[in-house]
Amino acid sequence: MRTTSQRLLKHFALAVLFSVFSLAQEAHVGNLTGHAASGKKLYRRFCVGCHGPLGDGNGENAQWIDPKPRDFTAATFKCRSTPTGTLPTDDDLYNSVGRGFTNSNMPHWDALTNQNRIDLVAYIKTLSPRWQSEKAGEPIKVPAEPAVTIESISHGAELFQKMECWKCHGPQGKGDGPSAATLTDSKDNPIRPYNFASGADDSRFKCGSTNQDLYRIFMTGVDGTPMPSFADVIQPKDAWDLVHYLRTLQTHRHSKENDVLKASGGKIPSKAPESNSPAPSENKGSGN
Amino acid sequence: MFTKRCFAALFTVALSPGLLFGAATISGKITYTGTPAKAKVIDMSKEPTCAKQHPTPITTEAVVTGANNTLANVVVYISAGAPEEPNPATQAVTFTQKGCQYIPHVIALRPGQELKVVNEDQTSHNIHPLAKVNREWNKSQPPGTPPLSEKFDKEEFIPVKCNVHPWMHGYFAVLKTSHYAISGQDGTFKLPDLPAGKYTITAWQEDYGTQTQDVTVSGNDSKTVDFTFKAKPY
Repeated sequence: MRTTSQRLLKHFALAVLFSVFSLAQEAHVGNLTGHAASGKKLYRRFCVGCHGPLGDGNGENAQWIDPKPRDFTAATFKCRSTPTGTLPTDDDLYNSVGRGFTNSNMPHWDALTNQNRIDLVAYIKTLSPRWQSEKAGEPIKVPAEPAVTIESISHGAELFQKMECWKCHGPQGKGDGPSAATLTDSKDNPIRPYNFASGADDSRFKCGSTNQDLYRIFMTGVDGTPMPSFADVIQPKDAWDLVHYLRTLQTHRHSKENDVLKASGGKIPSKAPESNSPAPSENKGSGN
Repeated sequence: MFTKRCFAALFTVALSPGLLFGAATISGKITYTGTPAKAKVIDMSKEPTCAKQHPTPITTEAVVTGANNTLANVVVYISAGAPEEPNPATQAVTFTQKGCQYIPHVIALRPGQELKVVNEDQTSHNIHPLAKVNREWNKSQPPGTPPLSEKFDKEEFIPVKCNVHPWMHGYFAVLKTSHYAISGQDGTFKLPDLPAGKYTITAWQEDYGTQTQDVTVSGNDSKTVDFTFKAKPY
């Protein structure tokens, strides 16, 4: 015996489900609204070759590509403003489409209009069920950047030792640390740590080129890769010092950090070595 | 109408704690046939602070065996027939990194139960559970930092690794039931306090997969269910 109220409740539940689903088919950035239906057509034209018809990263070009195209069905994204393990915001995905990924086959999609890009974001969000059961994470706050000083650079250098960034990124940030050769991504494909010394003046990071973007990377981690989040274990001021030091590892890049370093004689003053931070023996290499 | 009331009554009864736990026991032993792949010796020379904790080098733990072909680290649990348990366990499960090893190698916990990850080493580890059903996350834990507190929402066997020390592998078994056990070196397990009922018992080994058996218990029965896995030589 089923009462009318039960039947109504069932219809109501279905309606809620349906509306949640259709909401997930939209994306919002600023005053743009993306629609999955339009995004799907664009995806089939521009993205399917690498990311595949199912969005699982197994497009026909995928076998020739390293690093592999993103698997949208897992909804694990590298460039986020949100904590590790959480979904990115629409802005994060939108920016990734526009920016592309340095050192990969993902171009920056200048050819697409802003509306095209947000439509694509809406479609990408239909490719994993996670978007229906989870909300995007709360974006990590990036406090105002303190002034670059030789002290902040020097403290950043200490942290680079202490946090053992060099284990993967190498003593001079060349991506040649002792663990570098064994690193794999979450799909067991070999992956290289970022080489800070690579590239010329325009050497960019995957997830944006500003100091804020670099700060964010420690806090969010690069999900799907070996790069973890340090949000629980590093203070904002320390993270900024680390940013300032990392910029000096980009030796060919013009930056305020390199200017400050040059003005101080080009050398990072070192404190008395701490007994518990092992000096990596690889430090003596010629640099190439 | 009548059946509906019956169901409602049954449901309430099933939720009362008295019936979640009974007096029956299922126990048994996990063994293997064939020849397991030889455990590999781990070279920790790149991490001296860990290497010196192991006067005798340790070996990989994907398959850990005991005397008389017994298998350790097998998760045995009730996969069907157990009453729903609405509340997550309140006690945290601790997973320790010591000597660049996970101790224990496999832990079991329930959805929503607190997982405490401890770093006792003088080196940074990153804890990277490669979850597919749950969220995949990846967090750094430098030496001397407080334990990480995490939880998982859904049932899943999650491989966990440390990218900095590629030999470090372990598993988080997230199980809906609290009726589970992990076999020791002697291969034995015990599932006590079971209410009367028909159960499916699943045994899971990370390299050898899963096996299931059905068993019915009543009162304070004590039944034996053994599992035998076929070893993979490589």
